[in-house]
Amino acid sequence: MTVAIVRFGGSNCDRDAARALDDLGIENEIVWHEDGLPADTTGVMLPGGFSYGDYLRAGAMAARAPIMAEVKALAEDGVPVLGICNGAQMGCEASMTPGAFTTNESARFQCEHVHVRVENADTRWTAAYEEGQVLELPIAHGEGRFEITDDRLAELQAENRVLFRYATPDGEITAEANPNGSTDNVAGILGETENVAVLMPHPERVALADIGPTDGRGILAGFARATVSP
Amino acid sequence: MTAYTATVTVRLKSGVLDPEATTTQRALERLGFDLSSLRSADQFEIDLEAADAASAESRATEMAERLLANPTIHDYTVSVAER
Repeated sequence: MTVAIVRFGGSNCDRDAARALDDLGIENEIVWHEDGLPADTTGVMLPGGFSYGDYLRAGAMAARAPIMAEVKALAEDGVPVLGICNGAQMGCEASMTPGAFTTNESARFQCEHVHVRVENADTRWTAAYEEGQVLELPIAHGEGRFEITDDRLAELQAENRVLFRYATPDGEITAEANPNGSTDNVAGILGETENVAVLMPHPERVALADIGPTDGRGILAGFARATVSP
Repeated sequence: MTAYTATVTVRLKSGVLDPEATTTQRALERLGFDLSSLRSADQFEIDLEAADAASAESRATEMAERLLANPTIHDYTVSVAER
């Protein structure tokens, strides 16, 4: 299996992602978006960064790059696709996941550690955790506020597709624990199927035991897991 | 074919928080201006050639649908003028 880490002009978390996947023993390859996906692609990572300089809206240009049609086709075939930060913005802009990530409530770029609570542990991305478990993950974004229409949010909740919500270290969902004003404290969600997920925090930055905590490791390990029904 | 300029204005749907507008309003108030509220919008002026105004408008509308606006958070308007 090879996880294709798609690099766009302005991606800057692609190498961190590769190093984390290497450490997990998950074969991976950084792929320049204009080259298209390799034939043996069995997973796709849309990494963080500032593709196309965040022009228009973060992720808007990359979401419409030709390679994304290939990513969507694989996603429909059940291939795991994970979007992190700028990759999450791309996922929503490409309509692979619902809603939108837009300007933080603070109107500032925020780079800090936050806590998220695992809302659904029955997915490949969260199977390493218990439901209700609290993870400490870094965020680094200016456009991370999750916006979604009320009816689509209700649909996400009814279908148990919210993966992570910003929480206090004790796992309480409060306004104070919400770093960017996201609707319902949502930090990460599933697409229409369990193989597609996006989140704003950076699991690849907390995945190597040599440099600190490894709270994010289990999320990336999702590439190596079989489908878990949501 | 006639030359047109299509103007696409993209704004946040009412009810969607606009932190940049709030910050801008606060800065204006700090400068001593008196205002009740402020909204911001992105405006795109697109020069194009089309058989008539209707087809120029429909092409610009498709541009808004497919890229310029994000339907989750935006409303947009399109107007067309001969150039």
